[in-house]
Amino acid sequence: MEGAAVLGRLNWLEAEVVEIRPETSQTKTIGFEVPGWPGHRAGQHVDVRLTAEDGYQAERTYSIASAVDDSRIELTVERLDDGEVSPYLTDELRPGDTIELRGPVGGYFVWDPHAQGTVFLVGGGSGVVPLMAMARQRAAEGSKIPTRLLYSARTWDDVIYRDELTRLAAGDAGLDLVYTLTRAQPPGWEGYGRRVDLELLAEVAPAPAVLAVAFVCGPTPFVEAVASGLVQLGHVPARVKTERFGPTGG
Amino acid sequence: MGLTLVTGEPLRESQQDPKKEDEMPPISRGFRGRHRDDASSDRVPPGQYVTEDFPVLSAGPTPHTRLEQWDFSITGEVDNPHRWSWEEFRALPTEAVTVDIHCVTKWSKLDSVWEGVSVDTLLEGIETSGEYALPFCDGGYTTNLPLEDLTGGKAWVAFAYDGEPLEPEHGGPARLLVPHLYFWKSAKWVRGMRLAVTNEPGFWETNGYHIYGDPWKEQRYWGD
Ligand SMILES: Cc1cc2nc3c(=O)[nH]c(=O)nc-3n(C[C@H](O)[C@H](O)[C@H](O)COP(=O)(O)OP(=O)(O)OC[C@H]3O[C@@H](n4cnc5c(N)ncnc54)[C@H](O)[C@@H]3O)c2cc1C
Repeated sequence: MEGAAVLGRLNWLEAEVVEIRPETSQTKTIGFEVPGWPGHRAGQHVDVRLTAEDGYQAERTYSIASAVDDSRIELTVERLDDGEVSPYLTDELRPGDTIELRGPVGGYFVWDPHAQGTVFLVGGGSGVVPLMAMARQRAAEGSKIPTRLLYSARTWDDVIYRDELTRLAAGDAGLDLVYTLTRAQPPGWEGYGRRVDLELLAEVAPAPAVLAVAFVCGPTPFVEAVASGLVQLGHVPARVKTERFGPTGG
Repeated sequence: MGLTLVTGEPLRESQQDPKKEDEMPPISRGFRGRHRDDASSDRVPPGQYVTEDFPVLSAGPTPHTRLEQWDFSITGEVDNPHRWSWEEFRALPTEAVTVDIHCVTKWSKLDSVWEGVSVDTLLEGIETSGEYALPFCDGGYTTNLPLEDLTGGKAWVAFAYDGEPLEPEHGGPARLLVPHLYFWKSAKWVRGMRLAVTNEPGFWETNGYHIYGDPWKEQRYWGD
């Protein structure tokens, strides 16, 4: 079992918004300064709590997008038009605002700096968020662990962290990027142009003999398809770790 | 629930958080929220919201076990281990139940309709000195519960949801159903349980989640 992720009690902490960056038309990255933040491992998530003036509260879970960095963490939130919490986070929050969060949570879906073999990251839509934390952590550590990211998005404009991913991969022979765009592809597109299927996985996934671990994250149907595809291709189920973003598109 | 079960040592409360418990949480400027209607609010535990969907939470790929290979067993602190094939299991008396379920990832689903075999039925005639049950599953998942949370009409091994055979992604062919605890305790793809004298943390319980998991006390994580 992975190491202990949460020690003692997870209290609600006040988190001040210090930065907001649009990523795509539907997603924004929000940077928080969290005094008392105990640190995290790439792949973990936090619970966010909002309180209305009449005391009404709503809680949701968001993956941490950033590598470990003192008391600062970043979340990347996709706006669901009819959602309760995500439109507030993407449209309403301003630098200087304070919300509550607690974490880090999850000791299972986490980057292992000692992984032996190739790490396979598979993200669908905003499911790339915890995988980005892993790619950033890997870069920050100067890790040489061979890592391949397969990222499924609707269109090229829906690819979150596009420039940073390109930059990370350009300077690093150990990091491979493979995109598939399921709705529309730009002219001259050389990546994949369909939903992840068995054939695509067979081409892109590391061979079972070299796979250290696969992290699969996204909406439930995406995760189901990828995880069962990997098992069909001969991967050991215990090496396929999944995280489902719940109701989001799932 | 004795909080001593969590770590065996007193809570290190307020270690990170200098605020007092009863202090008003900060208002999120401009947040109004989608208020609950009054009819259902007393059925929704703190921090949860009601969904009409049936989201999925699992740590790995969905196992697909053929019914010919399926069995359910009760092992551990028992005089004789018990084992049922799928046919034997399905020949046991069943119950239909309508219950509210609460997932630690924040969604609650009201009036979900299940059919299953009561754990009381499975435990009939079994003598045990164990006070804890450690359900085990295809895929290697485990969880832990006090035995008394599984008896007295509080828990089932469910094989049907909403009148249909339980789908693999929701834990089929059979899952535990323990609606009064967070839903990770309702282990999917359950294949049996080991009865034990001591409480041994299962998969999520080892990974930061609460040893008991009462949604009404919001026992999500260690120390809650
Ligand atoms: C472990 C984990 C990590 C996550 N990480 C991220 C992340 O990094 N980034 C991210 O963007 N999200 C993430 N999520 C998803 C996130 O927690 C929220 O589920 C998401 O932001 C939607 O919340 P919401 O309040 O905006 O929408 P909700 O109000 O919860 O609604 C979700 C959807 O359900 C439908 N819906 C809900 N209630 C009703 C109703 N009463 N009537 C009709 N339709 C309804 C809506 O159509 C909406 O599209 C994560 C989830 C988990 C479990």
